[in-house]
Amino acid sequence: MTKKIRVLIGKPGLDGHDRGAKVVAAALRDAGMEVIYTGLHQTCEAIVEAAIQEDVDLIGLSILSGAHMTIFPKVLKLLKERKANIPVIGGGIIPQDDVKKLEKMGVKKIFGPGTPTSEIVEWINNNIGKTVEKSSKGRKAKKVRS
Amino acid sequence: MAESRKKQWEEKYKSCPERDAKFTTISGIPLKPLYTPEDLPDFDYERDLGYPGEFPFTRGVQTTMYRGRLWTMRQFSGMGTPKDTNKRYKYLLKHGQTGLSVAFDFPTLYGRDSDDPFSHGEVGRCGVAVDTLRDMEIIFDGIPLDKISTSMTINPPAAMLLAMYIVVGEKQGVPAHLLTGTIQNDMLKEYQAQKTWIYPPEPSMRIITDILAFCSDHVPKWNTISISGYHIREAGATAVQELAFTLANGFTYVEYGIKAGLPVDKFAPRLSFFFNSHLDFFEEIAKFRAARRIWAKVMREKYKAQDPRSWLMRFHTQTAGCTLTAQQPENNIVRTAFEALAAVLGGTQSLHTNSMDETYALPTEKAVKIALRTQQLIAYETGVANVIDPLGGSYYVEYLTNEMERRAYEYFDKINALGGVLPAIEKGFFQKEIAKSAYEYQKAIEKREKYHVGINIFQEEEKPDIEILKIPPEVEEEQIKNLKQVKKERNTAKVKEKLHDLRKAAENGENLMPRILECVRAYATLGEMCNTLKEVFGVYREPIIF
Repeated sequence: MTKKIRVLIGKPGLDGHDRGAKVVAAALRDAGMEVIYTGLHQTCEAIVEAAIQEDVDLIGLSILSGAHMTIFPKVLKLLKERKANIPVIGGGIIPQDDVKKLEKMGVKKIFGPGTPTSEIVEWINNNIGKTVEKSSKGRKAKKVRS
Repeated sequence: MAESRKKQWEEKYKSCPERDAKFTTISGIPLKPLYTPEDLPDFDYERDLGYPGEFPFTRGVQTTMYRGRLWTMRQFSGMGTPKDTNKRYKYLLKHGQTGLSVAFDFPTLYGRDSDDPFSHGEVGRCGVAVDTLRDMEIIFDGIPLDKISTSMTINPPAAMLLAMYIVVGEKQGVPAHLLTGTIQNDMLKEYQAQKTWIYPPEPSMRIITDILAFCSDHVPKWNTISISGYHIREAGATAVQELAFTLANGFTYVEYGIKAGLPVDKFAPRLSFFFNSHLDFFEEIAKFRAARRIWAKVMREKYKAQDPRSWLMRFHTQTAGCTLTAQQPENNIVRTAFEALAAVLGGTQSLHTNSMDETYALPTEKAVKIALRTQQLIAYETGVANVIDPLGGSYYVEYLTNEMERRAYEYFDKINALGGVLPAIEKGFFQKEIAKSAYEYQKAIEKREKYHVGINIFQEEEKPDIEILKIPPEVEEEQIKNLKQVKKERNTAKVKEKLHDLRKAAENGENLMPRILECVRAYATLGEMCNTLKEVFGVYREPIIF
């Protein structure tokens, strides 16, 4: 059996607008992924810690507060410090110029308002699914040996 | 005779093809092709509609409605430093805005200072930063508080911001009893939808009843709670849920006020409402009319209010931010115009029209001016403000008004069965209902059962090219520098003493407002005041539901 893709959906900062985060979380779950939703008002540190603890394959951050240029770089930096190779994607109210900057910085993908959830599912399956499959085979092999 | 002609028409209709579409409102109320007197079997003009300014207020809360005075044009705005916001207010007033509405940044909404580590990156982003009285003095510099009414979208720290406004008034020579405006101060919908909270529900309700008591004695023209469906809708609720949950919250405030020993007619006339105006034109109009009728009946019959002002529901409306698209943003001007028109036909007292660029950032001056002009076009060019409740008596609108009312009562029964609004919040009832509706709407869009132009129909490939407002990072530095300056200049010993008094008042149950006013006068920061209360009241953690 292939391993399910594990995704952490995070709401960093003080912003309480969680409609998008919850809709995406529900859609990913319906698409067969394991979803961990952090709930609101999380610090970047807490999100990175949870992602590592939960051994997720992907972090999705939802930001509508305008703090994206502070929060995304901070999360990327913390992941690097912890040597955690977990890709980060995002969504929210983010201007085009900033989307380009964030993707250059290393955020894998920003999904803007109005993106169909099917597009997000497809992107995750195409970009994360294969790695997960490979690593799950690796993990399985390890397990047999132990 | 009439019946047989209707039957003949129905036969003819059945033989004609219909468009392949799901004919329902956005809330899912199924729609017939035509409404006739048969859809209003027990319709009684006096009982169901009455006259404007008279019970049950279905046709509006004022005798003259817009023939007497147009609605207040109140654009919700605020960004950057207090100075930036003051400049935006003056710009809007110059272009014909008739009321102010303050948007605070997240740290302020959450009762945190700009130099709090949690505020990093958020200062001045989504609204204006307010740390101390000094910031409020700057925001309202040159704006006469006796001539303009101000609405403040503030919830957990509503008492502190109101206190700051009162002191700014004093400094301008305007006594508190002349101040007009609104604080949102609606914590119930925060736990349900908007999710900006500090304390748990019970202490939040205590702060609110303290405000009700204080204002009825000292700030009598102030709207003490703006009971808000807006955020419930934005979080994904349907029109029916928005209507039902908002009114249920309103009744809960009334019950807490009565429980706190206040006579209902002393505080109920100052309760106001805030609704969303979404895209389903007639459903929205019906929602506003049903809301007024339900409120009037329940206030009179259940809560035994005697003063007609306690029966009437006054409300502000904002067009639906969640309907705007990042794709083809200019279309948002048109969406907003339709939504604003529904609000006006529904009889709103005050209106905010969203700007086309808000799916990217806070609005530019140009975008917000177009949004304001949209209201002015409706008011001065379309003629819809010339006759009161012009859709009253429409078979469809009256049917839909009745249906919205009926469905709201179904929800009241469910909420009552759970023990009321607070227990239902603890059980996650509202949160689940709203999240479910949001997801179902998204699925309906993706299955193309519902349409959104630019999203799932008439899409365009190219990326939009519009101007976006930028808030520079220096705003945060400047705000923190100003906060440090205030802290250096104030009398620290006095601040400590006043915070100590506030803490004592929180512990011994005395009204918090006078103590908060003293803290504000001593230039205590918002964070210091909120943290003092946190020590007594604790903090809220929500159950995670999706």
